[in-house]
Amino acid sequence: MTSIAETASTLAGAASLNALLTPLSEVTASLTEQAARAPAGPLAGMPVAVKDNICTLEYTTSCGSRILEGYRSPFEATAITRLKAAGALIAGKTNCDEFAMGSSTEHSAFGRTMHPTDPSRVPGGSSGGSAALVAAGAVPAALGSETGGSVRQPASFCGIVGIKPTYGRVSRYGLVAFGSSLDQIGVCGRTVSDAARVLAAISGRDPMDSTCEDRDPFQLPAPPENLQGFVIGIPKEYFPPDLDPGVRRACERVIRLLKDLGAAVRDVSLPHTAYAIPTYYIIAPAEASSNLARYDGVRYGPRFNGVPDVRALYQSTRGKGFGAEVRRRILVGTYVLSAGYYDAYYRRAQRMRALIAQDFRNVFDRGVDLLFTPSTPTPAFKAGEKTGDPVAMYLADIFTVTANLAGIPGLTLPIGRVDGLPIGGQLLAPAFLEDEMLEAAFTLERAVPGTDEV
Amino acid sequence: MSWETVIGLETHVQLRTRSKMFCGCSTAFGAPPNTNVCPVCLGLPGALPTVNGYAIQLAVRAALALRCQVHLRSIFARKNYFYPDLPKGYQISQYEEPLATDGQLAYTSPERGAVSATIVRLHVEEDAGKSVHDRVPRSTAIDLNRSGVPLAEIVTGPDFRSPQEARAYLLALKEVLEYADVSDCDLEKGSLRVDANVSVRRVGETALGTKTEVKNINSFAFVEKALTLERDRQIATLEAGGRIEQHTMLFDAKANAVRPQRTKEESKDYRYFPEPDLPPLVVPEQWIAEGHAALPELPAARRERFATQYGLPAQDAAVLVQSRVIADYFETTVTAGADAKPAANWVMGEVLADAKARAGTLRVTPERLARLIELVKDGTVSHPAAKQVFAAMADNGLGDPHAIAERLGLIQVADAGALTGWVEEVLAGHPTEVARYRKGETKLLPFFVGQVMKVSKGKADPTRVPSLVKERLGG
Repeated sequence: MTSIAETASTLAGAASLNALLTPLSEVTASLTEQAARAPAGPLAGMPVAVKDNICTLEYTTSCGSRILEGYRSPFEATAITRLKAAGALIAGKTNCDEFAMGSSTEHSAFGRTMHPTDPSRVPGGSSGGSAALVAAGAVPAALGSETGGSVRQPASFCGIVGIKPTYGRVSRYGLVAFGSSLDQIGVCGRTVSDAARVLAAISGRDPMDSTCEDRDPFQLPAPPENLQGFVIGIPKEYFPPDLDPGVRRACERVIRLLKDLGAAVRDVSLPHTAYAIPTYYIIAPAEASSNLARYDGVRYGPRFNGVPDVRALYQSTRGKGFGAEVRRRILVGTYVLSAGYYDAYYRRAQRMRALIAQDFRNVFDRGVDLLFTPSTPTPAFKAGEKTGDPVAMYLADIFTVTANLAGIPGLTLPIGRVDGLPIGGQLLAPAFLEDEMLEAAFTLERAVPGTDEV
Repeated sequence: MSWETVIGLETHVQLRTRSKMFCGCSTAFGAPPNTNVCPVCLGLPGALPTVNGYAIQLAVRAALALRCQVHLRSIFARKNYFYPDLPKGYQISQYEEPLATDGQLAYTSPERGAVSATIVRLHVEEDAGKSVHDRVPRSTAIDLNRSGVPLAEIVTGPDFRSPQEARAYLLALKEVLEYADVSDCDLEKGSLRVDANVSVRRVGETALGTKTEVKNINSFAFVEKALTLERDRQIATLEAGGRIEQHTMLFDAKANAVRPQRTKEESKDYRYFPEPDLPPLVVPEQWIAEGHAALPELPAARRERFATQYGLPAQDAAVLVQSRVIADYFETTVTAGADAKPAANWVMGEVLADAKARAGTLRVTPERLARLIELVKDGTVSHPAAKQVFAAMADNGLGDPHAIAERLGLIQVADAGALTGWVEEVLAGHPTEVARYRKGETKLLPFFVGQVMKVSKGKADPTRVPSLVKERLGG
């Protein structure tokens, strides 16, 4: 239970990060109102910030985009309804790359978010606002969303815990769609427990989302004493020769600890890993080009310029309303779905996606319980470093995007620092085995000095 | 050398559900604009579709009625295009793996007799909204009440050889879908819409000519007209040495013309891809069994049965079976005791005429009609008198036909005294005709009988009048 005054003060303390999009006064007023109505529950009084692409009744939902500036949703996401039912308070909307497209939170129409320990660096993205706020201690947890690593990558950059659940574990109803077959709401938390408690509260079947699995809400596991009986695979494709040396050192330390904790550690291979980024950058933009077609200036959102005819309305609204990265992905997506290119790109990418998923099943079917990998190839990079090179930016998600393509759960937790910058380590689990992933995470969290220099 | 016309049809029929295809909004026709809408059918950010199972059950039933193979697993796909009344910028439809394929529908071609059209596919999809161009000056108004209304699209092969055949198929399709109770097929309410692919080729050629798509045909009367216009246009173009462009043609009923859609309006590449918001559509096998069970006897079988079981001429069977309600009415009348042929005559005559004048309402119960037919048969009332009784029953809604006939004084009189009186009166009133008859012009007999019926106000027993007239005239 955190008092509203305390939350207001911690949020104010993080104001310089540009992580929170909602004006502080609006958040405070809403928190007071919500607290008066909030039921008792497992998250009673817990302030949870929410990424700007998840619909809330309380604040605007603009997806970090001009095209939805000031948009108020007439309904709220299922995840928000469940958070409230568990007693949590919605503590404002957080900055993100426009429509969750980006890995640095630099592609927001509302300015970039700073890294909490080094303002010249990016917090990662696209859920950079959520990760930065949690890392700054402003809130214990925040909702983000993932399409290719948008929770785990910024959580890793910011030195906190980030979880992407299995596709279908959490309802997508009210999550503004980017790549529907990949999108999943995820959680940033100060600790494994904070993140896991929030995830447990928002999980479970939802008749409003046909892709949400017909399963009971997931149960929090008890943290085990050690990892005896766990077989943990180390996929060699996630430790390439050019891996950042600091990241490698931190991961090697964890691998030693895993053995110390009684886990059996095994080298494994996921041979199609190299194709994950190109596969992702066909499927996600294809779906995005369709999902973002609705922002046409006809029904909601701003219209730009005069309206000589409907074609000009579309062109000016979408041309001015979307930023460069979103326009780039819409163009790519439109191209790969076009007649004559569909088979060469989209259909082949779907086949590759199936092979990537099969890689994971092969490993998990052969007795491996979990995989351990670095969460990102480098620590947080400098602002502006990759904005001119989209492909370099895309490669920041190289270790996270596979879980989205395969639909499996993933978790990042801090495993040390290099020159003061956090390094994240990733656990990957078979679909719907979040509980096993969390058992290992609880144990590692206790054993790994997450803030030490390595 | 003459030309052969080749036509294929794509028909959209609205499935008869209370709620929309992917949300719970009402499908009621005629609601104030934008009142039957929600985040899902408005395409608001974050909303997701969920499938209306009943719409799928109806589509399965339609597919079975069209003898299609229903696929237990099919895939929803997005059809992407920009239009102001398409709120998501895509329509959820089916593309590579439709719900049903490979069906057929028997119909009677005006030229070739009994033939069958192939049903290439039947798939489910959602409707778009409506753009209203004449409501707000210089602006287009958008009504999204129709957005998300469930449709089945039924696609035929290039099977029709004339606009008349295309129309005959459509009537047969409407008949079957109404029988199966899957759609109202009401063109005026937009619950049945037709697009046609038209091409022509020289007789004897087997390859298809370049086709055009004719859209915007929204009445049965216009089907033949629009297709004839397009066929004639194509033939004229080719005979003048021109080429057919693969255009979309719009039918303009007011101008009675087809014109090419502006190419800017055309959007040929719909960028179909599997709908990621919906898992594959899995039809439980039980739904197929239930669909079969829910199918009534279909028109073709019923026509045949009417001919054999009731001994009706094919023409009568065709008229009666056109509407399931009328055919049911006929059968109830027969079950209630009427003879089949008189019952058929009554239904095709008085009953249909009355129903037509009353927007389809059947005002006389089949039981009362059966009783009335019996009264005619046993001579209690004459046929003309029975028509008056029918009209009275229809207007009042109450009353046993015999009681009404009595009240109206229409019970036939077989009493010799009364009959003689009326005959005397008629003969006295027509001395010229009497003279002519006596000179041998015996074909005047029906005239006298008619006059007697008139004087008696239909009460005279027409079977007894001729002999009385002859007797009086010494014939």
